[in-house]
Amino acid sequence: MPKKSYRQAINEAIRMEMRRDPSVIVLGEDVAGGQGGTGGVGKVGNIFGVLAGLYDEFGPERVLDTPISESAIIGAAGGAAMTGLRPVAEIMFADFVGVCFDQIYNQAAKFRYMFGGKAKTPLVIRTTIGAGFRAGAQHSQTLHPLFTMVPGLKVVMPTNAYDAKGLMIEAIRDDDPVIYMESKLLYDAEDEVPDEAYRVPFGEANIVRTGKHVTVVGMGLMLTRAKAVAGELAKAGIDCEVIDPRTTSPFDEDTIIESVEKTGRLVIVDESPPRCSLASDISSIVVEKAFKALKAPIRKVTCPHTPVPFAPNLEDEFMPNPRRIEEAIREVLA
Amino acid sequence: MPAEAAPSKPKAQKVSKDELLAFYRDMLMIRRFEERAGQLYGMGLIGGFCHLYIGQEAVVVGLQAAMKPGDQVITGYRDHGHMLACGMDPKGVMAELTGRAGGYSRGKGGSMHMFSIEKAFYGGHGIVGAQVSLGAGLAFANAYRGDGKVALVYFGDGAANQGQVYESFNMAALWKLPVVFVVENNQYAMGTSVARASSETHLHRRGASFNIPGEEVDGMDVLAVREAGKKAIAHARGGKGPVLLEMKTYRYRGHSMSDPAKYRTKEEVDAMKEHHDPIDSVKKRLIDLGYADEEGLKAIDREVRAVVADAAQFAQDSPEPDSSELLTDVLIDA
Repeated sequence: MPKKSYRQAINEAIRMEMRRDPSVIVLGEDVAGGQGGTGGVGKVGNIFGVLAGLYDEFGPERVLDTPISESAIIGAAGGAAMTGLRPVAEIMFADFVGVCFDQIYNQAAKFRYMFGGKAKTPLVIRTTIGAGFRAGAQHSQTLHPLFTMVPGLKVVMPTNAYDAKGLMIEAIRDDDPVIYMESKLLYDAEDEVPDEAYRVPFGEANIVRTGKHVTVVGMGLMLTRAKAVAGELAKAGIDCEVIDPRTTSPFDEDTIIESVEKTGRLVIVDESPPRCSLASDISSIVVEKAFKALKAPIRKVTCPHTPVPFAPNLEDEFMPNPRRIEEAIREVLA
Repeated sequence: MPAEAAPSKPKAQKVSKDELLAFYRDMLMIRRFEERAGQLYGMGLIGGFCHLYIGQEAVVVGLQAAMKPGDQVITGYRDHGHMLACGMDPKGVMAELTGRAGGYSRGKGGSMHMFSIEKAFYGGHGIVGAQVSLGAGLAFANAYRGDGKVALVYFGDGAANQGQVYESFNMAALWKLPVVFVVENNQYAMGTSVARASSETHLHRRGASFNIPGEEVDGMDVLAVREAGKKAIAHARGGKGPVLLEMKTYRYRGHSMSDPAKYRTKEEVDAMKEHHDPIDSVKKRLIDLGYADEEGLKAIDREVRAVVADAAQFAQDSPEPDSSELLTDVLIDA
């Protein structure tokens, strides 16, 4: 099977859906880029090159560079979606939702319910998450909890190229508003990705490694770190079961609960401040529904309750790193 | 159309007897509906917010007469008049006000939130200014499909000070979207007068820096509204991009039912009712032109009152939504 990067997988998914369905359009800041400048047309394909080539194939009618106006981007995408178009809108960094969050959580997320089931809003909002890019406090956040707590939104966090493609195809075909969060540090990560179209359903966690001693749940980039630590610990005879929720809304509680009922121990790795986070949510679900299975207190490995720092040494310490993940696993097993 | 057109003069506009009678009936329908809604509110049958449109009837009725079937409407929360003008059923609207299963949103939206694809009404929205961005999206979809439809996007003088309005003005003008922005300047944003909130009180000039032509219109004169609407809609439909119409109008009641409107004098309100009432002026014109007599107009009023009485009865008889409705319509499949 061909190896493709996470970036290529997302590009391929959008490209295939645009070929299949003329109601799919792409809009955002610099999603085509290059026009009107001296560097040629369609050379940018968004800041991370995820959309490279789409402008050349589909043209300016379907790949739209917008002004730097996030509310107008998401508002236009939401309004167009209400009429049946399937916009894939981009917010360059998740941090920027601060200037358009109204259009997401008060508008798109509410239409289905407040219009009594009459409205459909098949909208995908792509955005990027994660620290580790030396980008400072306003370009590095991982804001999935903000979206996960809003009814009416679906929230997707692919952790590998295979899922990235299948989840994007699922997101575009889904009739509800979907927030699709791309981990910046995973763009170059390669995986086996089929050439054909396929869907990865929402709300189905992936058990990426089976084990019997401890359950480790990781979102986004943190899943890959948890998996790597589990691989190391296996050499020391510690057998981790590693779970990738894939989507935080809808959320597959059952897979995690079944795993904890088997292992009796839980470590949650989440790149997010510790309060009101997905880690605290998962912890609460497990305490409510599988308390008797627990043989040790749950451990959360999160960021501290601080903004993302700039200095590389501070940023590296801010993010959950392999050392802290290993310490937490050893602690629940002690 | 020049960027700074003079206000539409109340010149001798051609109008047939049937058209004038229809304007009278449609405006009266909104007024009687709103009066009845106010009564039901006073009786405790309608709760929460209820923003009445009394005084502003000429705006939606005149513009509706300038539209073609398929043209879309989106507005804020003072939306009852817009829905009736679009041809939505008074029963379904009133039953939504009372929160009943027979309401347009099955009781889950309320006064501010109704929706009808069939009548091309894209909502009643509660966040000031947000519908302007969504309306640009409706127009984007029209342009993308090349279906010749125009979106009418209503907002108030209060919303004219919201930032996202201008993001969308820029985008709509940049992309020459088929949209008519209609600012209903009823002089007060809740209790704050335009002069106290706006550095530029001539709101039709607010599009000038985006090259959006603007026009001030006597929003109390249904014929002036229709004429301005025809020109603006033709401009938008002709691929020339957006137009901004400032409808100078007045609301007779408070901002909502809980507003005693002490920020303006009784004399000010009485003078508007006495000298500028949109329904009285059409009534006078009908009689002066010999199109109707007092008796004929009373018959129309009786017929309108009967429709409104039926709507009010339906709104009281319709059952409350089943408790299971609490959990439905959050997402498409839920």
